[in-house]
Amino acid sequence: MFRFSKPLFVFALFSASTVAIAFENYSGVGRPATPAEVKAWDIDVRPDFKGLPKGSGNVERGNELFEEKCASCHGSFGESNEVFTPLAGGTTKDDIKAGRVRGLSSGELPQRTTFTKVATISTVFDYIQRAMPWTAPKSLKPDDVFAILAYLLNLQEIVPADFVLSDQNIGEVQKLLPNRNGMTTDHGLWPGAPAKKGGIGNGGKPDTANKACMKNCKPDVLIGSTLPEYARTAHGELRDQNRSFGPVRGTQTLGPEAAKKAADAGTLELATKSGCMACHGIKSKIVGPGYNEVVARYKDQTDAESRLIAKVKAGGQGVWGSIPMPPNAHVKDEDLKTLVQWILSGSK
Amino acid sequence: MSDIDKQPGRLRPAPENFLSEEQVKAVGSGRRDFLRKSFLAAGAALATPIAARASEGDSNILQNPPWTTSLGLPVATNPYGMPSKYESQLLRRESPGLARVGGASVSFAPLQGLFGIITPSGLHFERHHQGWHDIDPSKHRLMVNGSDDSLLKKAKVYTLDELMRLPSVSRIHFIECGANTGLEWGNVAVPTVQYTHGMLSCSEFTGVPLKLLLEDCGVDYKKARYVLAEGADGSSMTRTIPMEMVESGEVFVAYGQNGEMLRPENGYPLRLVVPGVQGVSWVKWLRRIEVGDKPYATKDEAVHYIDLLPSGLHRQYSSIQEAKSVITTPSGGQTLLDKGFYNVSGLAWSGRGKIKQVDVSFDGGVNWQTARLEGPIQNKALTRFNTNWVWDGSPAILQSRAIDETGFVQPTYGQLRAVRGTKSIYHNNAIQSWKVVESGEVSNVQVL
Repeated sequence: MFRFSKPLFVFALFSASTVAIAFENYSGVGRPATPAEVKAWDIDVRPDFKGLPKGSGNVERGNELFEEKCASCHGSFGESNEVFTPLAGGTTKDDIKAGRVRGLSSGELPQRTTFTKVATISTVFDYIQRAMPWTAPKSLKPDDVFAILAYLLNLQEIVPADFVLSDQNIGEVQKLLPNRNGMTTDHGLWPGAPAKKGGIGNGGKPDTANKACMKNCKPDVLIGSTLPEYARTAHGELRDQNRSFGPVRGTQTLGPEAAKKAADAGTLELATKSGCMACHGIKSKIVGPGYNEVVARYKDQTDAESRLIAKVKAGGQGVWGSIPMPPNAHVKDEDLKTLVQWILSGSK
Repeated sequence: MSDIDKQPGRLRPAPENFLSEEQVKAVGSGRRDFLRKSFLAAGAALATPIAARASEGDSNILQNPPWTTSLGLPVATNPYGMPSKYESQLLRRESPGLARVGGASVSFAPLQGLFGIITPSGLHFERHHQGWHDIDPSKHRLMVNGSDDSLLKKAKVYTLDELMRLPSVSRIHFIECGANTGLEWGNVAVPTVQYTHGMLSCSEFTGVPLKLLLEDCGVDYKKARYVLAEGADGSSMTRTIPMEMVESGEVFVAYGQNGEMLRPENGYPLRLVVPGVQGVSWVKWLRRIEVGDKPYATKDEAVHYIDLLPSGLHRQYSSIQEAKSVITTPSGGQTLLDKGFYNVSGLAWSGRGKIKQVDVSFDGGVNWQTARLEGPIQNKALTRFNTNWVWDGSPAILQSRAIDETGFVQPTYGQLRAVRGTKSIYHNNAIQSWKVVESGEVSNVQVL
């Protein structure tokens, strides 16, 4: 039906002299989106809560959901710094009153958490709804998202333990966000209309003003910082990150350990390509156990290698918790052997 | 490794221009007395009879190599051509400790070995927010809708079949992550230009101006002043883009990259191109465009990609990548083989337009000389600069300074920190310094 309505639409544009492009007719290109299609994809929530679904959830339910779906990465209290930066912590009751997180300017904050930064509660709702949990994004229902957000707000001591967060009261919670007054758009890095014309920012005015001096520009050269020795070697063998011909060579940065490290790096690459590193850390639990934990559990078992190879291949559940490990039939037997030997020898 | 690699075409040992393989190693191990000793050794070599081989000439010339005396491989041996087997060193690499999960990490482009301005697609830097997928293009859709029905006459859906029928543009633009050089805000932290500046790439992109699609849907520009772009990956990453940029025709929905389709890691089959703006806004695997009357404060413009100031305030919606440059050859983690002539080469770019001038200093910014710009110079694209240098073997500090067509001059670290402190993470466009010591080793330093 739209194929008939289209020419009429174009004609309508023609007669409206205010429309810039009226003469193009991209006939046959695109079709109207159905209401169900728009509803399926248009899930964004704006700071004024446009797009917020109806629903509610309490702190207690949020705690259960968080433990089940979020704690493996974020820690039970959103405090973990193992996989991602912490979600919770770092704000005070005074911050809630002022709407500015004092630790951000005082230098007292060791690390910024989500709630020390975010000024709009819609952002957190929108992000959990569209992208969490990490391995199963968009699997949470609106009520789940409200509950998890209620739990996070309670962790942050913004709402009490018996709080029920809903589309009706989220606007009140916004008024309690610890860093709600912590953003500025008074800068020159917005590429659209400036604030004085209804947009954002100062219209592109830079905040630095270097001069293109050419001769005798300063009396001294002050070196503020040089490369620390650990940083020189932390990025592997730099000689091997440059061509072996041309005007320069990569500087040799590693000693006799280089070969071992290179081999480890090769196996790490294999582990990454095989999908292992999506769920396991070398020294940290992600979804599955860290490889250091695997070594600790299996180090005294003589048949550890063959058992682990079988386990990785077939998948399993229960040894490390309730989250199952999927089967890995796609990994070649020889690669499985390399990977398991690498894990058991203290992967790096 | 053959001797071709180490002593290309050298016949006579001479103090000015000779390094043996052992001596190259000595340089690499950081021996500062190396040059003095090499002069002594070379002097001694002059006093002894010149080797017979050297007197006759280079064996690579005197004896034809196998590739000159045998049959080569037929066409289409490699249906999709790959770099030479001798080019295994220049790869995308991660910086250890930067991120703990590969699906939310960065791999850096090896700028230290690239030429010109186009980044080979396979070496384009990567930044993913929840891992990458290789999306079936026949199942990919682009939806255009409004935050409100009054902003758009009709929400529409486009397939790749349809998008690729529309009038297309092909333009060369740089893309730089807002966090490029972010590791260096407080102090020197990483050794090479790959890790200091490698969240930077430049490609020719092909696609359809977003303006055309919005007008095809009957956008009301009076009300709709913002665009939300959304990806089809798990994170369905979203960013707010100003309608002014869309109306200018600059912003386009790209499917092509350097003559072929986008690579999966770069958004196959569809990504947004937002010239001059930080990479996070160039939404990959683009599945939806929403026009709206207000900005969106998405996670990547309200929790991340916000710039912390000394006052404790964060700058929000900071998007433009201001003028910046870096010398790529020679650069940190490299060692000059010898005294004498070098073509010093680097990259300059500005999110505000074309590069007008690049100056290079060899004394830490006391004196400057203007470099040659390789043309044609393009809007919001990488610009390659080159300048001549004869290294006399004494310590030097190399810097480059970009000036763009607005007259903006790239700032020093001192100037940048005076207004933004050291914890901003994003938008570090300070002048980069590379220190050269007598051994020829080049390292990363910061000049205030």
